[in-house]
Amino acid sequence: METTIEHNCEQVVNNNHTMTPTIYRVEKNRRDTHDTFTLHLSPEDQPLETVYEPGQFNMLYAFGVGEVPISISGDTTEWPKLVHTIRAVGSVTNALQSLATGDSIGVRGPYGKPWPVEATKGKDIILVAGGIGLAPLRPAIYQILHNRESYGKVILLYGSRRPLDILFRKELEKWRSRLDMFVDVTVDSSDRNWNGNVGVVPRLIDTANFDPIDTAAFVCGPEVMMRFTAMALNKRGVSSDNIYVSLERNMKCGVGLCGHCQMSNQFICKDGPVYTYSQVRETVLIREI
Amino acid sequence: MGTTNKALEKKINKKISKSVTSDFQIGDNFCIDIKELDSIFTALKEKSFDLIGPTVKEQTIAFDQIESVKDLPEGYTDEQSPGIYRVKKTDSKTLFNFTTGSNSLKKYLYPPHHTLWTASRNKGNFTVKENIPNLKPLAIIGLRACDLKAMFVQDRVLTQGEYKDSYYQLRRNSLFIVAVNCSRSVSTCFCTSMGSGPSVTNDFDLALTELITNTTHKFRLEVGSDKGLDVVKNLKFKAATNKELNDAKEVIKKTTNSITRQLDLHHLDVILKGSHDHKIWDEIGKECLNCGNCTMACPTCFCHTLEDTTDLTGSTAQRTRRWDSCFTIEFSYLHGGSVRTSSGARYRHWMTHKLATWIEQFDMSGCVGCGRCITWCPVGIDITEVAQTLRQTVLDEAHAVAWEEI
Ligand SMILES: Cc1cc2nc3c(=O)[nH]c(=O)nc-3n(C[C@H](O)[C@H](O)[C@H](O)COP(=O)(O)OP(=O)(O)OC[C@H]3O[C@@H](n4cnc5c(N)ncnc54)[C@H](O)[C@@H]3O)c2cc1C
Ligand code: SF4
Ligand code: FES
Repeated sequence: METTIEHNCEQVVNNNHTMTPTIYRVEKNRRDTHDTFTLHLSPEDQPLETVYEPGQFNMLYAFGVGEVPISISGDTTEWPKLVHTIRAVGSVTNALQSLATGDSIGVRGPYGKPWPVEATKGKDIILVAGGIGLAPLRPAIYQILHNRESYGKVILLYGSRRPLDILFRKELEKWRSRLDMFVDVTVDSSDRNWNGNVGVVPRLIDTANFDPIDTAAFVCGPEVMMRFTAMALNKRGVSSDNIYVSLERNMKCGVGLCGHCQMSNQFICKDGPVYTYSQVRETVLIREI
Repeated sequence: MGTTNKALEKKINKKISKSVTSDFQIGDNFCIDIKELDSIFTALKEKSFDLIGPTVKEQTIAFDQIESVKDLPEGYTDEQSPGIYRVKKTDSKTLFNFTTGSNSLKKYLYPPHHTLWTASRNKGNFTVKENIPNLKPLAIIGLRACDLKAMFVQDRVLTQGEYKDSYYQLRRNSLFIVAVNCSRSVSTCFCTSMGSGPSVTNDFDLALTELITNTTHKFRLEVGSDKGLDVVKNLKFKAATNKELNDAKEVIKKTTNSITRQLDLHHLDVILKGSHDHKIWDEIGKECLNCGNCTMACPTCFCHTLEDTTDLTGSTAQRTRRWDSCFTIEFSYLHGGSVRTSSGARYRHWMTHKLATWIEQFDMSGCVGCGRCITWCPVGIDITEVAQTLRQTVLDEAHAVAWEEI
């Protein structure tokens, strides 16, 4: 079917279309875990105008239901195709979960500041993810592995609640079998089939092998998890300037105009969501900021 | 769709040609009477402007569409104090003897509801069509200095950042401003503290100062732009005499002196950012009704939400932009709960934004001293008083430390 998005750039003085979704088609909706799924999308007509980078997000629109911020979880070299991994938690994410191959989805983006994958070349890289937080980190992992020789040690530490919540399990196993990457996984509570670590993910940092002076850490997960992870990294000697976290707030516009994502003087949608821990360490500790 | 916005803009720009060939120039002052004021309104209407001016509405003075000077609130005056607003009719012939009303220019440049696009669905697929409104250019009559400054603030926020609001920009480009210097103040005004009033100094096309005595009723008219010049150049107004200019100056001086409310800005941003644990937030939290009136009445508050709806059949959907308030609990909702659950934290967020973090974001304050948040707060919470309390705490603490060190 034809798209009839009318950008009318001539009539409208500037980029009003930042508020109008671009139509993508669902190529595949794959179930990852009991509550998480991955959408593979391709543009129906024109793709998003800007090339996206690891750590950026899009606003995904389910017809009539609403729009939510979701990080890009696929390989950014596959532009203009898009991959998003989503946990179904409420009205919009549930509607997205029920999309079938061929269905339309609205996309606005890409928004936000990316993980500094380029700028950290030459360093040891430690990626720490909690739960669905692995999804926004996956594009960074792909990009680092594409340029594997440009980095020192590469370590991925992942924590999930239970073994059945583990995201991208096959891929984790594949990465784990590589000789140029260290991967470790932990769960908060185990079951009979679990042979691995039990405990929270910051604990894995104490024993990981990296050069604290020359390491960049990319951390993504619930805010408390990121705080404890940053503390553990600090304890190992990694400076807060080299720890990157991705913050989450309510987002309606994604472009710094609606005020919903504001934290102190930051519009997290456009100034973040990726920050160095030193930029946000004090602020995130303030109650109800 | 009728005339497109682009075509409309062109039309306006042609009518208001940039090169004015007359002896008049920007900065000229005239003295006009009511009839002549009306002739300006007529000239604006001929140039296809809709006139928006102060009118008496539901016992308040509010901006609305007007046709002539007859629609202005003749003889009306206002009284405002924390939580209280009253209009009063007097026998006087004044047209602008009141201050800020219940709404501001924001309503016109940044409407409370605005449909961004509609989508139509055919089974699993849909298409989206942007809503391009067909706008008539507006001329705002009687805009006060604080509201003019508020427009300047919204310009910065909505049109000078990385992403821009095109509806606002469009409205703004075709806006004609007839400002008015205040001839009176109310107890909630603190424009003098914010450097925004009571007289207008720039960003207007024409500015009026009402000069009234027992026997005469005149207006000093100042020309502030080419657009303004173009409107008055054929109207053959008399130049203002020195006496009339002095009278106008006196009006402004008297108004300036009548303003008693103050907001001390010295290090206020630092004080606010350092006061997130202050007990005052809990105290305000108990009083505040979270009604959001302050944010709706504020001429600079720009927060909005995006609402997605469908028609009954589910085949067409709409996205609407609607003013939102950081005073609601849903505003900061994340799966699992809101970030700012307490009412006090929400007031703190709002006030700290207005007077501290706004400056870091936009190099200017988010407050213009119009006093609306004080007047329209049903429980009369007063931002200037809260600021003073916070300052006093810091001073007291510094004092205590100084004593300890002796
Ligand atoms: C920058 C960013 C990236 C994200 N990336 C991902 C991702 O890759 N995968 C994923 O599964 N989730 C991600 N999220 C979280 C996701 O946006 C929420 O789970 C989603 O908004 C919930 O919407 P809902 O309508 O299904 O839930 P409901 O609980 O019905 O939510 C109602 C409304 O609240 C708001 N809201 C609720 N929870 C959140 C939240 N956690 N974050 C922001 N707004 C919220 C939304 O506006 C939503 O429309 C991300 C959030 C942000 C801010
Ligand atoms: S401060 Fe006053 S106006 Fe603002 S939300 Fe609270 S009660 Fe309403
Ligand atoms: S999401 Fe609207 S300002 Fe950030």
